[in-house]
Amino acid sequence: MNISRRTALLGLATSATLGGANLALAAAPTDKRLVVVILRGALDGMAAVVPYGDPGLAALRGPIVPPAPGQPEGLLDLGGFFGMHPSLAGLHGMVAAHEALAVHAVAGCYRVRSHFEAQDYLESGADHRMTSGWLNRVVAALPAGGSARPEGEALAVGVSVPLLLRGPAQVANWAPHGFSQPAPDLYATIAALNQHDPVTGPAIAEGLRARGFSAAVMAGDSDAPKDKYAFPTLARAAGEMLRAPDGPRIAALEIGGWDTHTAQVRRLPGVLKQLDDGLVALKTGLGPAWAQTAVLVMTEFGRTARVNGTQGTDHGTGTVAFVLGGAVAGGKVWATWPGLAAEQLFENRDLAPTTDLRAVAKGMLAAHLKLDAAALGRVFPGSDGVAPMGGLIRV
Amino acid sequence: MDIRTAQALVRFGLGRRGAEPLPSDPAAWLLNQLHQPDPTRFDDQPTTAKGLTALRDDRANKPPPGESQVAALFKAQATAQLGNAVTTPAPFRERLVWFWTNHFVISRRQGGCAAVAAAFVEEAIRPHVTGRFQDMVLAVMRHPAMLLYLDNAQSFGPDSPLGQRSHRGLNENLARECMELHTVSPLAGYSQADVTSFAKILTGWSVDLKADPPGFVYRPTAHEPGVQTVLQQQFPADEAGGVAALRFLANHPATHRFLATKLVRHFVADDPPPDAVRAIEWVLRDSEGNLGAASAALVRLDAAWQPLKKLRTPQDLVVASVRSLDLPPDVVPILGILGGLGQPLWTAPAPNGWPDRAADWAAPEAMLRRIDWASGFAGRIGDRDVLEVADNTLGPLLRPETQEAVRRAGSRREAMTLLLTSPEFQRR
Repeated sequence: MNISRRTALLGLATSATLGGANLALAAAPTDKRLVVVILRGALDGMAAVVPYGDPGLAALRGPIVPPAPGQPEGLLDLGGFFGMHPSLAGLHGMVAAHEALAVHAVAGCYRVRSHFEAQDYLESGADHRMTSGWLNRVVAALPAGGSARPEGEALAVGVSVPLLLRGPAQVANWAPHGFSQPAPDLYATIAALNQHDPVTGPAIAEGLRARGFSAAVMAGDSDAPKDKYAFPTLARAAGEMLRAPDGPRIAALEIGGWDTHTAQVRRLPGVLKQLDDGLVALKTGLGPAWAQTAVLVMTEFGRTARVNGTQGTDHGTGTVAFVLGGAVAGGKVWATWPGLAAEQLFENRDLAPTTDLRAVAKGMLAAHLKLDAAALGRVFPGSDGVAPMGGLIRV
Repeated sequence: MDIRTAQALVRFGLGRRGAEPLPSDPAAWLLNQLHQPDPTRFDDQPTTAKGLTALRDDRANKPPPGESQVAALFKAQATAQLGNAVTTPAPFRERLVWFWTNHFVISRRQGGCAAVAAAFVEEAIRPHVTGRFQDMVLAVMRHPAMLLYLDNAQSFGPDSPLGQRSHRGLNENLARECMELHTVSPLAGYSQADVTSFAKILTGWSVDLKADPPGFVYRPTAHEPGVQTVLQQQFPADEAGGVAALRFLANHPATHRFLATKLVRHFVADDPPPDAVRAIEWVLRDSEGNLGAASAALVRLDAAWQPLKKLRTPQDLVVASVRSLDLPPDVVPILGILGGLGQPLWTAPAPNGWPDRAADWAAPEAMLRRIDWASGFAGRIGDRDVLEVADNTLGPLLRPETQEAVRRAGSRREAMTLLLTSPEFQRR
């Protein structure tokens, strides 16, 4: 089956929630905010936005699909074919409010299944690794002289600047004081690597227990203890900094923990909830500036369409991306759906990509930041054949 | 990298720096560091005169905390010292400097020590790590950092002119710790009378803050008159008696046994093998306390080429981590990190220094802090290949399961976190 673009539109009016104040605030181009969130480790797009209407789904991954919409802990419906994972309630609410959309069966312009290479390409914006990231080149393409910010227009949130934001244009970096904490699943891997060590093994196990990381937390069954480096905290802070009239206009955030090779049903909800809480916190932090904001949430690739032998999924290809913000013409799932029959899968294995992630990004940059074709060519070199996706941003 | 090279780099060094050239003969590489002069140079060489002048100015001007000269000096000097550890081409020598600095520990927990902590390392420790132990003892005991830390600057002979006039008396803190922690140790079976006598011997060894330049001073008017007996040995009055007593203690057989035990515990195993301790003890005895000879003997121990068992201290761990990524010394705030990991530089809690057994460092929360720090620091991996970093830094010490976990990690940063928190990277 093939569902064409826009056929998964929610049946909601697109102009109802847009107030006059929002339009007035969106006047100056330099007031636009752009945020990019990198999901490192490969989000299973078919678990976040589930094509529950596809008849092939159950055979591929029945055991890891949440119940249908309307059932207890069931999917949150997105128009009758797709359903959002129940841990993404905040994002689902934004879709309903027409300020978020999902782009499905999306992938970058590369076909590798190595996290590291794929993240490099995702951030470079090319099918090879470059010395600068595409978001840094966006900063360089912005009209000069609009800001007196000595630390630059862009902000990397976290303890390091991702390749996405590295490059000639100056970038600020912010992180809370003190040490960060890794995600519960990384703690679990570290504990496993140390478990037979007579010194570090017992100490790490006891330390995690004392901090409230029970076996259930590390398996993703219950919430992790509060962490000032947790994604929602960072996202809230990023929003507040972007909100300031003299603050940065572009920000990059990242969140790991998506590499769900095992026990996906237990491990994925926690990290989806972190993401969801973080996106809501970002909106809260931005306050009135949310109306001028567009956010792109992207991951390096998707995961196998079939569940693997350990109730997880392995490295795949097509996945989902999210576009959200007060400036976004949301309320839909945007997909040229490739179908899930064996011959429709990419290499009889992965969700086939039908939308180039660069088209999504270029569409946002063109409509939201008013970058022209020449600038878009510098941001995504070699992408002349990839037209910017229209209709992502309110006009 | 062969296993001996990997062990030499970690057990006796500070971890390999990036992909620096590997020695063809690891033992010869270590011994050569002992034979060559110390390559350490500081742009702004710490000196006691500089430190005490800053201390004197601070005490006179009472600046607000942010403008303290001593605090600024301490931070700059400590940072330079840690930077030197990151870049030094002679890491075995640096490890020896750390070892002896911790043996003769001073701590900024005692007011005034911060001003001269770096000067203490550079004047009393570094010049002597391959020299004679008695020279190091003498340099330490005359150093204002130690005299301030263990209160000897305020110790007065009760029968000295100054003691009589001011009604002040002995403070036996330095004398006791010198016997117990620096030289003969309780192995020598000394008594309270020995400690009291030795404290009298050291009266007058003080610090003159008013002099120009300020520094060590022997005050005859504070010195307890008369001959003193320590461990059945008699020592005359005056400064020469103190020097003789220190030489006696430094060369005592119990001192050799004590130092040998600590050296082997530090470089070989928490429970030092007795035959290895004996070997080092004999070298110290036969060489009259030649620390270069003892250090060389450590390298020649069979036990020093067995699998690594020691747990890296936070200071070892952070410096080795920075070296593993070949980062410039100034991009990582090591000084602050060490505080967060429970081993702030030159700030040991007590005169026995930082502990040297894994059990003392492997508290549950302490291990988790290492993990948390590592997960943040791992963000500095940038675009490098973590498997390559792992192979460069650990070589054959890298376990297949760690290698596999690094390969499977969801991001370079997670992969680097797994490398830094692996049991083999925690070892030295």
